[in-house]
Amino acid sequence: MSETENPLREAIAEAIRDNDVILFMKGVPEAPACGFSARATACLQALNVPFAAVDILPDPRIRQELSGLSNWPTIPQLFVKGELVGGSDIIMEMYESGELAQTLGVEAPAAAPDEAPAGADPAPQALGIENRLG
Amino acid sequence: MPTADEIKQRIESAIPDASVSVEDWTGGGDHFRATVVSPAFGGKSRIEQHRMVYAVFGGEIGGPIHALSLTTKAE
Repeated sequence: MSETENPLREAIAEAIRDNDVILFMKGVPEAPACGFSARATACLQALNVPFAAVDILPDPRIRQELSGLSNWPTIPQLFVKGELVGGSDIIMEMYESGELAQTLGVEAPAAAPDEAPAGADPAPQALGIENRLG
Repeated sequence: MPTADEIKQRIESAIPDASVSVEDWTGGGDHFRATVVSPAFGGKSRIEQHRMVYAVFGGEIGGPIHALSLTTKAE
């Protein structure tokens, strides 16, 4: 029922299902529009993990539906294999403790995310959720 | 607009035996950083712990409270 009545929410759920690592953020990885989204992006880039990114800013309904779906009020939100891992505080905590690398199945780097992203893969795939609806 | 003190008091009255410190991160009254320690967090994941704190403020998060950065601990 919700699938027919709420195509946007279904599109978000599908994006979460289809992408092992997906970050909902303000702005894009190359140009985060908020410090919290920037920190989350930096952590993922420092771990050299490919991730899909969805900019929630183009349409306020994206954030509304995402938060309804995830029961999480803030942006960014990181999902790994369909599960909500956390917002920027939890991502940072898990990055620093090495748990994030473990969750993502990669090796933890020696450097902190503040300094590391320079060498990281600069081109994570940007996934515009509005395109998925078109 | 809430103050850091109001946020601290609201968390403390909502979460049993919580010890809370809150700072106004930017001085602008809408970006706060809180550390919350409560035995009520025992056995809960970080996600669940943060949800308990966010639940105190409902729709104010993302509204009047633009950001509430959290560190939670069971003890």
